[in-house]
Amino acid sequence: MDVPILKQGHFLIASIQSALSDADLSQLREKLIERVGRFRARGVIVDVTALDVMDSFAVRTLRDIAHMARLRGAETVIVGIQPEVAFAMVQLGLTLKGISTALDLEEGLAFLNQHTQGRLDEKGERGRIERG
Amino acid sequence: MDASSVADQLRVEIASDVDVVQARQHGRELAAGAGFSTGDQTVIAAAISEVARNILMYAKRGEISLGVVANGDQQGVVIVARDQGPGIPDVSRALQDGYSTSGGLGLGLPGARRLMDDFDIASVVGQGTTVTMRKWRRLPS
Amino acid sequence: MATRSKEQRESPPAGIPMHTQDTAALLRELVAHLRQNRTELREEWARRITRAQLLTAMTEEEIFAEATSVYDNYVEALETGTFEALQAYARNLSERIIPRGVETHEVLGIVLLLRDVLARSLFGKYQEDFDKLNRILDAYEPAANRIANTVAVGFVQERERIIRQQQEAIRELSTPVLQVRERLLILPIIGVIDPQRARQLTEQLLQAIRTNRAKVVVIDITGVAAMDSNVANHLVQTVEASRLLGATVIVTGLSPEIAQTLVTIGVDLSEMATVGDLQGGIEEAERLLGYKVLPLEELTPKA
Ligand SMILES: Nc1ncnc2c1ncn2[C@@H]1O[C@H](COP(=O)(O)OP(=O)(O)OP(=O)(O)O)[C@@H](O)[C@H]1O
Ligand SMILES: [Mg+2]
Repeated sequence: MDVPILKQGHFLIASIQSALSDADLSQLREKLIERVGRFRARGVIVDVTALDVMDSFAVRTLRDIAHMARLRGAETVIVGIQPEVAFAMVQLGLTLKGISTALDLEEGLAFLNQHTQGRLDEKGERGRIERG
Repeated sequence: MDASSVADQLRVEIASDVDVVQARQHGRELAAGAGFSTGDQTVIAAAISEVARNILMYAKRGEISLGVVANGDQQGVVIVARDQGPGIPDVSRALQDGYSTSGGLGLGLPGARRLMDDFDIASVVGQGTTVTMRKWRRLPS
Repeated sequence: MATRSKEQRESPPAGIPMHTQDTAALLRELVAHLRQNRTELREEWARRITRAQLLTAMTEEEIFAEATSVYDNYVEALETGTFEALQAYARNLSERIIPRGVETHEVLGIVLLLRDVLARSLFGKYQEDFDKLNRILDAYEPAANRIANTVAVGFVQERERIIRQQQEAIRELSTPVLQVRERLLILPIIGVIDPQRARQLTEQLLQAIRTNRAKVVVIDITGVAAMDSNVANHLVQTVEASRLLGATVIVTGLSPEIAQTLVTIGVDLSEMATVGDLQGGIEEAERLLGYKVLPLEELTPKA
């Protein structure tokens, strides 16, 4: 199962379409990190709406993505975790500490727009962030 | 094993990572058929995912059997994960949050135990590991 | 109520000779009398019910219709000595009239009235033969008592069942997730929380976050007296699960005891957003949502 990665302005959006095997997840991680570097992305959104289970491996992979993206200057937001999935995750003890979350893609984009804007200004970079 | 009736309905070989996905999807279907809520189906699928993944990671191969059990006014699903791998030297430690010999989060076993109602590990070093877990649903009276 | 028809195949109360030859004959005579005077006695009974201001929730036609059914079942019970049909009818009747606010004393009242109406009619019929009257009454009394008992017990049981059902429903309603403004939910928890209810609350809240697209949730536990470590754990899980959906949780009304419980189970209170009271929690929530909370004097234009 290949996960499509979309580029939208300074952001990369990976929307998972169906249940993923560990190999698929690892592949997604490699691909995303490579793209963050290639496109100098400022933000990464991983849309997990289609995932009906998140286990320790999936969470570990998402955590790795967030950490590695951060090292390359991009902020990661996980969007679309379903209520039941969240409920099972917290019972497992999986909490995504230190990683941003948002309700859905729209919220995730709003979050990144808000949180990466400041950073661009700090670095004195010009250029508009494309929205929506 | 207890006396409650077990119908062995399904056996899933675990030998590669796609089997893990298979096993939890079967588990979800079985739980749905037994009348569990989608919330509980997710919980059951997550627990299966953890024990299946452990088989793959530590024993390379094994199997998971899934069945429906009944016990008085309760109905449930039973999941047995069996492998002939290296076994777990210290089961009580393996059940502690954060204990991992593979650099993992160490949440698989203790997490699955929290997700399910009954949870039991039988493991012999050099011979293998069997994890048995159940989740119950009260039948409407 | 098919599920309960098994219970209560009562054996006759000790000390009451049921249907000895003599009693049987007397009851047969009695039944014949009641059949003969069915119309008149039913009407008399219905009149007395209205006069005694019983079953005020029902119309006169309804009362008469029910009176007829009870009467026929009553006579049948006297005739056959079996109470199943009457019992089933009593339950069915209760089921229909309880939601309309009919009280236990009213049901007992009407059954006792019927006993009285019938006894008076027996007095009238046998006033010449005092000995026979006595024997008939002796046969009638225990049966009538049992009938009254059957109907009343049926009613009370049905009432209890309905009350239990209502409590269950209230319990589900008792912790509504309130949307106070766009993207802000409040979950006021009141009363005792057991693990089952805690779980229910979490599921409700998570669904509500999704449907209302909430960004901030205030969980107010002022109304929670005590919390064991199990439930405290659940509270923490609820906070974490909400965050996974992208919502921030603020907990208000944390008593020192509950705070202590949370610390005991290893919760880092500095990582959990807590605010003293609900009002403060809502203000904090509005701040997070980007609303400006102005002190009152700043809202009035300066002269
Ligand atoms: N089937 C098994 N055979 C042998 N050892 C096992 C097996 N399952 C678990 N273990 C041992 O128990 C430890 C704890 O397992 P657990 O699933 O809780 O954590 P993990 O697999 O290390 O990490 P995580 O599941 O969080 O990714 C493992 O590190 C491993 O040493
Ligand atoms: Mg594991």
